[in-house]
Formats: sequence, C-alpha cells, structure tokens
Amino acid sequence: MSEKLQDLAAHVAQKRPAEVISAEVVQGELTVIVRPEGIVGFVQFLRDDAACRFTTLVDLTAVDWPERAERFEMVWHFLSMWKNQRIRVKAALPEDVMCPSIVDVYPAANWFEREVFDMFGILFSGHPDLRRLLTDYGFRGHPLRKDFPTTGYLELRYDEVQKRVVYEPVKLAQEYRQFDFLSPWEGAQSVLPGDEKRS
Amino acid sequence: MDGDIRHNSYDDGSEDMLAGEQSIRNFNINFGPQHPAAHGVLRMVLELDGEIVERADPHIGLLHRGTEKLMESRTYLQNTPYFDRLDYVAPMNQEHAWCLAIEKLTGTAVPRRASLIRVLFSEIGRILNHLLNVTTQAMDVGALTPPLWGFEEREKLMIFYERACGARLHANYFRPGGVHQDLPPDLIDDIEIWAKAFPQVLDDIEGLLTENRIFKQRNADICIITEAEIEKWGYSGVMVRGSGLAWDLRRAQPYECYDEFDFKIAIGKNGDCYDRYLVRMAEMRESTNIILQACAKLRAPDGQGDILSRGKLAPPKRAEMKTSMEALIHHFKLYTEGFKVPAGEVYAAVEAPKGEFGVYLVADGTNKPYRAKIRAPGYAHLQSIDAVAKGHQLADVSAIIGTMDVVFGEIDR
Repeated sequence: MSEKLQDLAAHVAQKRPAEVISAEVVQGELTVIVRPEGIVGFVQFLRDDAACRFTTLVDLTAVDWPERAERFEMVWHFLSMWKNQRIRVKAALPEDVMCPSIVDVYPAANWFEREVFDMFGILFSGHPDLRRLLTDYGFRGHPLRKDFPTTGYLELRYDEVQKRVVYEPVKLAQEYRQFDFLSPWEGAQSVLPGDEKRS
Repeated sequence: MDGDIRHNSYDDGSEDMLAGEQSIRNFNINFGPQHPAAHGVLRMVLELDGEIVERADPHIGLLHRGTEKLMESRTYLQNTPYFDRLDYVAPMNQEHAWCLAIEKLTGTAVPRRASLIRVLFSEIGRILNHLLNVTTQAMDVGALTPPLWGFEEREKLMIFYERACGARLHANYFRPGGVHQDLPPDLIDDIEIWAKAFPQVLDDIEGLLTENRIFKQRNADICIITEAEIEKWGYSGVMVRGSGLAWDLRRAQPYECYDEFDFKIAIGKNGDCYDRYLVRMAEMRESTNIILQACAKLRAPDGQGDILSRGKLAPPKRAEMKTSMEALIHHFKLYTEGFKVPAGEVYAAVEAPKGEFGVYLVADGTNKPYRAKIRAPGYAHLQSIDAVAKGHQLADVSAIIGTMDVVFGEIDR
C-alpha cells in the first residue's frame, strides 16, 4: 500500500511540477502540498489522469494558523473508488487572498466551500452561490477562526414583553473557563540551582 | 395537442366561456423546518411549477451546535460524546471514526476482544439506522405500520446499548484504545438470541413493503442515481451501492477486524429509491450475520482478554488503583488533563450506515485537537437534492429526502 502511494506521489510530482511543492506519504496517507493558484488545474488532473482517477471529493476544509504568515491552510481530500486510494491536497493561503473554487470540476465542493466561507471567511473565486450555510441568518464573524471566542458575541432569547426573539450581547454568569494544561515542568530546559555541576 | 387550451361545445348548444390568457407564476413553498417528512430541521425552499419541482434550495444549520469549535477547547476524551450527538440514530459508528483517528496518530493497537465488540456494536448501529430509515421512509410515502414494528426492534437494540454502556443513546462506549467496559456473558447470549429471531421480523416488514403496490409506485423510478452523479456529488454508502457499485469501506479499505468476517455486499440495479430500500433490507440481514459471527468469536478462546490497550490512553484497572499510587495518579491525570497526541494530521473514515463518515484530525501535540473536521455522509447527499429532485413531483421530495437518509445532527454538526 505504502509503495503504491510512494509511486503515486512521484507520479503526481513529476506530471505537475508547476503546481506541486511537495508530495510525501506520512502515516500511510499521501499529502500533496500545492500552490493555491493552480488548484483547479491540479484537481482536474487528479480526476482525469489514468493513474489517479480521484473522482470523488470526500472533504474540503481549512485550518486556521493565526501565527503563520499565510494564515489559512486549505485541505482537500479525494478518494478514488476505481483505484481504491486516497489523497490529501493542501495549500497555504494568506488571509486576504481568494481561493479558486473547484465547483466546476467537482460540483460536490459547493456546500463544502460555502461552509469554509461561513466558518473561516475565505472567499472562493468562481463559486456560483457563496452564501452562509450553517450559521444563523444575519450572523456576523467567522466562528472557526481561532480569534473567535467559543461563546460567540450574541445570544438570543424569546422576549415575553415584545413577543419576539431578541438578540443580546452574551452575558455569562461565570467566566468561560479555558484551562491551560501545558505543564511548565515537562521538558523544561532550565538548570535548577545546585545542578550546574551535573551537566 | 395535449396541453393546449380546449374550447368545447356541448349538446345543449352552450360553449365554454373564454377567459383571457392567464400567466401562472411559479409557486414557492417552504418545506419544513417542522415538516415530519423533513427528518429533522430541514428548511427547504421549493419552487414549484404546478406540482413539479423546479428548484430546491435547502437551508440547513438550524441544528448547528458548533461541534467543531467546541472540540477545539476540550480534551480528546471529552470530545467522544460529541460524536454520539452527530448521527443520533447510530451513535457508536461515529465514535468509531474518532477513536480510529486518535489510534492512528498515536499508533495504538486495539486488543482483539475490543475490536470484536466494536464490530458487534457497529453492526447493531447499522441495523438501528436502517430500521429507522426504511420504516420512516415508508411512513413518508404513506405506510403507518412499518415504523411501529421497526421501532419495537430498535427498542430492543437500545436496551443492548444500555446494558453494554449504561446509556440508551449517547453511549460514549468506544474509547481510544478499545471500549469502555467488557460485555457481560449473558448480554452476548441475549444479542445472539435476538439476532437469530430478527430475520423473522425483517420478513414481516418486507411482507408489508416489498410487494406493496403503493410503496412500489412511490419509490420505483424515483430519484435514479447514475454513476456519473455518484462521482459528481461525492456520494457514499447506500447511495452508491443502490446504483450497482459494490463500494463498501468495510471491504475496500478494511478497518478494525472486518477482514475476518464473512459478509456480502448488497447492491442495487436501477439506482432508484426502491433499490436503495432493498439494499438496506439486505444489509440488515448481512449485519445480523456479522453479529452472529461476532458473538461466536467473542466466546472463542482467542476472543478473550482485556478490552483496552492499557497505556497512556486508557485508565488503569480498578483493582490496580486500590494498591498502586502510580495507577491512581494516572487515572486522575487521564480524566482531568487527558492524554497528549503527537503532532500530525490524519483522516480516518468508517463505513457508517449512511455512508462514509470521516474525521480529519489535526493535532498539535497538546491534549486537545487543534482542528477536527467531521465529514458527514448526509451533508454530501443533501446538497445534491436540487439536482436530483428537479423534475420530480412535490410528493416525491419526501421520498427522496427519506432515501438520502439525512439526519440533521450530522449535517449541521
């Protein structure tokens, strides 16, 4: 299985040198890192190439890395039912750059891209209907960004006086608790006083 | 010609009154969010030309709970119960994907007995799901008795859930490294007795539906899925097998110990709602078969042993904690701080009853997932409803929603 994927990685890297930055097999899964500009041509190649035939788009998502220069990482997962193999395609994307939409190649990407837009605020160029999908009508912000608080900003309740649902800023009776589990002792590099001689 | 405005004259010399040309506007209706055939909270804006669906625009997210966001601030163990709440029809199958993802990243081997128990309960979950789907889909097209019969069996299966883990629905039973508790021997006996009697119930339900004229008229030739559409829309599970493609992750990319079980993969021929109903019925029979095999294997000598791979991921044995300080510390640390998963990324998928359920997990080396993406099969199925429902009658929409097997717990997440 792993050799098959190694061969596939070499094949993909060799056929599409313009888009592929790297292709490697980790934990039995093939990950290809590409340049986001060329993603449409690349997935078309993945779908149509005889050795790939990744005809099914399994998943499309993004990961937010706020500390990186290129904030978002787009992740596409493809499956080939014909060759019984999977591939993961990744591309780093700066915050203010649009990602090309792959809806024309895989219509299944439609909702997945809408969800990524909803959750991360990534815009897709060429998407036919880029509306919010999962959040409330009139929602503001992009919840899966790391700088969005888990509690959100607005809460809603039914107002008995006004006889309708009203939105209000979130009021918490107790502060939302985020525990820091990272132990300062584990893997500490500092030398304790008195231990200088041992090292 | 048919469809032209006719001008009739009658025996008494009278004629039809002429009315001016009428322009008929397409009609927009809201299907749901409280429609019983919407299988949950689906709001769908349908544009109708008479009774023909011109456009379907599903509005989802009414059950959105932000599972993926919540998961980022909880430990790996605390996240398992969220998976029960995704597809609440077959909870343990979802937990399975999560546990597989963690085990893949940490390189944990699951003991054989735990593996067998997982297969056993995954198949019980499959029957739970198909029973609900087949019978409520029959209800959507007009049959009332099947759900009553089906739910009786579901009730029995839920009691098995309860006896294994203490909860009827939100099990939290599969844990990274195995399962939470061992099964008592009499539970295995009872599951076997049930599995031997269950085909009779299936025969009864089939007697109600398979040759039923109304059921056939409402399902045959409705929502025909072609091979091209399967690829286009990323279908999986019964939606694929109903069209004749023998694609099943249990066979194609075996996980757990499915490769040592003997089961057939049911496929349809025409790819319509009726074939998918037949596939689901056949799958239930195969699952019953697997359950019987799993019961036998659990009783065999090589099926005995521990049910958790004791290590960093699993708690120590209760008895050990009475005497060992380290075990006590480990227990406390595990349930407060949790375990750490090495940095990396992994995609783990299982053949859930509805299709391919996957988890894409990005770990950063701490005790919480950095990002977890849940890939729900119903999500991919439902988004294609505009394409497949177009041109069907309004009444067929409920049959199509039923056959797609959508549950909003997993679609909205």
